Amino acid sequence: MLLIKNGRVIDPSSKTDARLDLLIDKGKIAKLAPSISAADALSLDAVGCIVAPGFIDLHCHLREPGGEISETIESGTQAAARGGFTAVCCMPNTQPVNDNASVTRSIMERAASVSPVHVWPIGAASKESKGEQLAEIAAMQQAGAVAVSDDGKPIASARLLRQVMDYCGPLGLPVIDHCEDSSLAAGGVMREGPRSVRLGLKGMPAAAESICTGRDVEVALLSGARLHIAHMSTRGSLEHVRSAKRRGLAVTCEVTPHHFTLIDEDVQYDSHFKMNPPLASREDRDALIEGLADGTVNAIATDHAPHHPASKDVEFDRAPFGILGFETAIALALGELVHTKRISLMRMVELFTTGPAHVLGKNGNSRALAEGSPADITLFSLDREWTYRAADSPSRSRNTPFDGRKFRGGPEATIVAGKVVYRV
Amino acid sequence: MSHRFHHLLAIEPLNREQITFLLDQAKPFQEFQRYPLKKLATLRGKTIALAFFENSTRTRISFATAASRLGADTMSLQAESSSLKKGESLIDTVRTLEAMKPDAIVIRHSSSGAAEFISRRVDVPVINAGDGTHEHPTQGLLDALTIRDRRGKLDGCKITIIGDILHSRVARSNIHLLSKFGAQITLCGPAMWLPRELECLAPNIRRVPRLEEALDGAEVVMALRIQQERLHEPSLAADEYILRYQLTPARLRLAHPDAIVLHPGPMIRGLEIDPAVADSLQSCVLEQVTNGLAVRMALLFELVAGSTDPQDHAKDSAHASH
Amino acid sequence: MVGPMRIIEKRQLMSADEIRRTLERLAHEIVEKTAGAKDLALIGVRRRGIPLAERLAKSIRASSKAEVPVGTLDITLYRDDLSTVAPQPVVQSSEIPFPVDDRDLLLVDDVLYTGRTVRAAMNGLFDLGRPRRIRLCVLVDRGHRELPVEATFVGRTVETSDAEIIEVRLQEIDHEERVMVMDRVD
Repeated sequence: MLLIKNGRVIDPSSKTDARLDLLIDKGKIAKLAPSISAADALSLDAVGCIVAPGFIDLHCHLREPGGEISETIESGTQAAARGGFTAVCCMPNTQPVNDNASVTRSIMERAASVSPVHVWPIGAASKESKGEQLAEIAAMQQAGAVAVSDDGKPIASARLLRQVMDYCGPLGLPVIDHCEDSSLAAGGVMREGPRSVRLGLKGMPAAAESICTGRDVEVALLSGARLHIAHMSTRGSLEHVRSAKRRGLAVTCEVTPHHFTLIDEDVQYDSHFKMNPPLASREDRDALIEGLADGTVNAIATDHAPHHPASKDVEFDRAPFGILGFETAIALALGELVHTKRISLMRMVELFTTGPAHVLGKNGNSRALAEGSPADITLFSLDREWTYRAADSPSRSRNTPFDGRKFRGGPEATIVAGKVVYRV
Repeated sequence: MSHRFHHLLAIEPLNREQITFLLDQAKPFQEFQRYPLKKLATLRGKTIALAFFENSTRTRISFATAASRLGADTMSLQAESSSLKKGESLIDTVRTLEAMKPDAIVIRHSSSGAAEFISRRVDVPVINAGDGTHEHPTQGLLDALTIRDRRGKLDGCKITIIGDILHSRVARSNIHLLSKFGAQITLCGPAMWLPRELECLAPNIRRVPRLEEALDGAEVVMALRIQQERLHEPSLAADEYILRYQLTPARLRLAHPDAIVLHPGPMIRGLEIDPAVADSLQSCVLEQVTNGLAVRMALLFELVAGSTDPQDHAKDSAHASH
Repeated sequence: MVGPMRIIEKRQLMSADEIRRTLERLAHEIVEKTAGAKDLALIGVRRRGIPLAERLAKSIRASSKAEVPVGTLDITLYRDDLSTVAPQPVVQSSEIPFPVDDRDLLLVDDVLYTGRTVRAAMNGLFDLGRPRRIRLCVLVDRGHRELPVEATFVGRTVETSDAEIIEVRLQEIDHEERVMVMDRVD
């Protein structure tokens, strides 16, 4: 038994924000009350901490199988636990691509033996994510896949997207799309704008993303199935999602911490500022924060994309896209959104819990802190000052622009199925 | 005391004083080019590594000659022979060069930011001889020297730059340099090479897609080299470019009567420039070449001379000039 | 490394009047020992050799009616001690507006000390051509030679210790006119 005492419980599913104790037994929440005493329980003093439902990351890359030099399921999920996540959804762009049940199963089995947190794989939408034939979607779902995506690139054509959505609709699987018009974005290494022109780096216009989001929303209208826009970075995309929601479509979207924190003007000749979608203009970033505040955005997702130092320590235009995300997500959300009063603490917790759960079609109550619920719990502080050191990360990679950054507030403890898997 | 410059990576971060200093330092070396015996021993025993990862004959020869006239040796790495072709990373290649203990590395590379990337990872001075579509600072300096000599001053010049501005490192270095001296800069070229973001580079920049209008009143006209490969992406017929943007005597007459013409070379006569303009008295292309040597000698002297042995300051330190 | 060091004035070596009279005498000697002065040209070594050369040329012209052009030479590029001198050397222009080939050149400098400046200056001159003759004129010879160099015309010879410094101040550069012996105190 584990007793979490003196914490401030925040639960978006019941709009709870109260000082409560929480007793965990056999991996489930046994009791939730203002003051619990259980002499035989292990006690965890949560004074000064927020006690929230377990955080979910909808978007990460664990690189296994095939990319173990950059990350493994074990190293990645340890980093996730340090970042306060109790469940992570790993994208299928591994080698081989997770486009069939045997890959999905191998990920599930590996995770079961080494991962401190839940791993929910996302299957490929098309075979090898090539955009030609449908992947073995139903089989992957039976093996544990929670969504489909060809992430890393967009689902190749509107026609294929329609087929995938039509097929996934009855299965209850959301289709996640990386929105990018490949012809407009071709060769680009950062967002097109004054900064790209100044640095002489080839730009991808914001329209490259928005155009594709627009296409996807139209296809969603045609199909009626669930569509989720990954790592949204432009005002145009946001407007498409907003209008889709207004029309009652099942369209959802996510934003990454780096896209609401950094902008294109921050880009240096340092590949730790190179990601796809690229860092947006200030105007687009501000629009994203607005979307996070007004409910248009459903989730904050990290797009944790480890790359081995040797592959990142190259000329900017030759470096791969992507940065680490797990361990800085909560601190960036607090620093950029909550401390600055752009969103409430309740809303922030929602963006990491019931928001992503809703995207996956899980009952929002699956993230409730209620008696009988699974004991996946994230504890974080609002004010503890700390410094992020990439060198200390369990991740096999170090590609982050936030190394050495000082933060106020961050993960304190991560509890998965009643077990403390991480504690500061 | 630290150096006034440790590297030369770009014009953008320099201030007016630093630029003026470098241009002034180039002056004795301009005179030196007229000496019958063009060989100094100033940098004897020093080695300059020329790391050219992109083909360039003119700039490489200019740096090699500058080094040689100062008495330095050069070691040269050229694109064709470099192990980059064999998959070695830039950083490994440069560290190999560094292990041969050069006193400076001159680098040309097709990636923007490559010189800065290298400078953060080696101890010796790094000179950017052109990085991707970012900057070509020594070209900016030699152009400024040419303009200053012909006009008598650098301040407040009206310059029109013609060509593929978006992809031109020469244009960027010139824009940054001249704008620090209050230039009014007109950029001209096909509209897809003339994005509005260029106006954010510096104050007093305007974009004029029509050449005749862009030349009006210009004191300095710079025709950029049109890279044949760029004409294909996006595809623009060479004839179309000639029709609208070739610098012809008739068009040049629209500029200031004393206007000078610059071209970074190599020129394609009959494409971006009419031979009659290239060979006119207004053309400074050969002065640019000579000034390139002077600027590069001044720079190598600045970065390499006196950069060793801060110890051993015996009696000469206090009164060395006797 | 050298610690913080002060330089203090020890005594005056020459007054303005003495400098004037010394230069007059030197000009006479030069004319005497230069038949006709027809091919004579003066080269002032930056910085204080330049005004000295100008002044000498003026006197020589007055007495010999020869043209006596004056050039200036910056020896920075020819130094053998670039790595040990001032933290950052600055090159200045050399202005020698006449051909040096077959010319009778007279190098002019303020102080002759180690001889290294003269060596550098001669190197510089040889890059410009092949002079018929090079002679040297200095205002003060303070000894301590490190090279086999001697001046043809010397204004004042003075015994100095190694720690001393000879400071020549000229109106054109320093807005005062005198020569001092300075001492380095650690």
